[in-house]
Amino acid sequence: MKYLCLVYAEESKLEGMSDEECVAYDEALRGRGQCVASEALQPVRTAATVRVRNGQVSVTDGPFAETKESLAGFYLVEAPDLNEAIRIAAGIPPARAGSVEVRPIRELTGRNLGRKETR
Amino acid sequence: MAAGETDVRELAGDLYRRESRRVLATLIRLLGDFDLAEEALQDAFAAAVEQWPRDGVPANPRAWLVSAGRFKAIDNLRRRARFEAAAAALARQVPEAAGGPDEDLLEDDRLRLIFTCCHPALRPDARAALTLREVCGLTTEEIARAFLASPAAVAQRIVRAKAKIREAKIPYRVPSREELPERLDAVLQVTYLVFNEGYSASTGEDLTRPDLSSEAIRLAQLLLDLLPEPEVMGLLALMLLHESRRAARTSPDGELVLLADQDRTLWDRTQIAEGTALVERALCSRRIGPYALQAAIVALHAEASSADATDWAQIAGLYGVLARADPSPVVELNRAVAVAMHKGPEAGLALIDALLAGGALADYHLAHAARADLCRRMGRTADARAAYERALELARQQPERRFLERRLKELV
Repeated sequence: MKYLCLVYAEESKLEGMSDEECVAYDEALRGRGQCVASEALQPVRTAATVRVRNGQVSVTDGPFAETKESLAGFYLVEAPDLNEAIRIAAGIPPARAGSVEVRPIRELTGRNLGRKETR
Repeated sequence: MAAGETDVRELAGDLYRRESRRVLATLIRLLGDFDLAEEALQDAFAAAVEQWPRDGVPANPRAWLVSAGRFKAIDNLRRRARFEAAAAALARQVPEAAGGPDEDLLEDDRLRLIFTCCHPALRPDARAALTLREVCGLTTEEIARAFLASPAAVAQRIVRAKAKIREAKIPYRVPSREELPERLDAVLQVTYLVFNEGYSASTGEDLTRPDLSSEAIRLAQLLLDLLPEPEVMGLLALMLLHESRRAARTSPDGELVLLADQDRTLWDRTQIAEGTALVERALCSRRIGPYALQAAIVALHAEASSADATDWAQIAGLYGVLARADPSPVVELNRAVAVAMHKGPEAGLALIDALLAGGALADYHLAHAARADLCRRMGRTADARAAYERALELARQQPERRFLERRLKELV
């Protein structure tokens, strides 16, 4: 089963965090086949938010929700259950500075034809 | 063994009360789904009522029910022509259960169930509701009364919790050693809530529901076997020491008897000895938590030959430590009562009035009842009457209401 670990943190608190530590954890997860994809994000000041209403595209600056903690990165992980996903999330270095939201992946109906469900 | 239909119905009813939660816990593990397991449980008991008068009562009724429930679940899945692969997988596992489930595994299933129901990814109110429903077998209505919520709200809470267990794949297993300490806290909280519902039913005619209390004690004993942590000892001690007073807490006609007026020869000495020994074990560890502190307080009461002979100074002191470890207005109220016993009603009343002025206990009937009692002892009859009347407006349990009414009459 796949879980998306969304890393939230105050950007100022991430400044002291080393990329090397994050890379090391990421590679360890990949080595065990537990990481499907992962990326760190540019600061929230680089964000644009897009909406389509009545066919009209509108673009605004900044993230959708203004909160103190912003989305800083993500890990798409493979885990047998929520407890294991939580254990993986607890090891993500920025979890010590911010928080990690763990969300199970929902398979869209009609897309998993020919795709093997891994749960 | 042949049995009449009435006997079997009685046996099935009795068995349902005693065994349904254990059978359910095992069925959830075998079927991997709460709702499927509940349906299978009902089907298994229906099959028992139908088959046992004809075929006789099986040697191991619990194992029979687990096995029947599992077959019924497979039938149900096949009939619906859904989850074909799941049904086939279950059918392949069936021979494993044919030998009868192992007793230890069944006990483990109850622990799996309680840890799953108390998973920290579930909302706190959902954990308690789900545990009371699934582990203790309370009805939605009973849970609603315990939480002062509507049955519809509780039902929705339970449905959402089960959906989350399924969708987020919260595992049905006892946490690993590393996970246990943090997961244990939530379990202890829920266990104590279950005990309290049995020890002091929140509403209704009956003062207590002994089955719920013994259920909570049994769960704590299971937890203690698994994890001899000081707080598990503390909670189990606390519950045993409270439970030891059960026979003395109500008069033969079901009326409430206060601690000071209880016939202490009715206290269960075996439970007191067991509880006290556990408190001592917990206190010997250097990690003393709120449950062990509360148990130490109750142990002091249990050791005293009368209310007057109680070490109120030490009790007030322990409440002070508890208030720092686990701050709560109810703990402060208890401390105020102990101070009143130790230093006199004036000192206690000053603390209670400060608490009531703070607002958190303004609608708590026991705060007003305690105030009324202290005013009564000080001869402030008008103040006592007003406080008893306020307590009566807020009290929901019939024996408590009758007690307050008696006290109110005695004031005249």
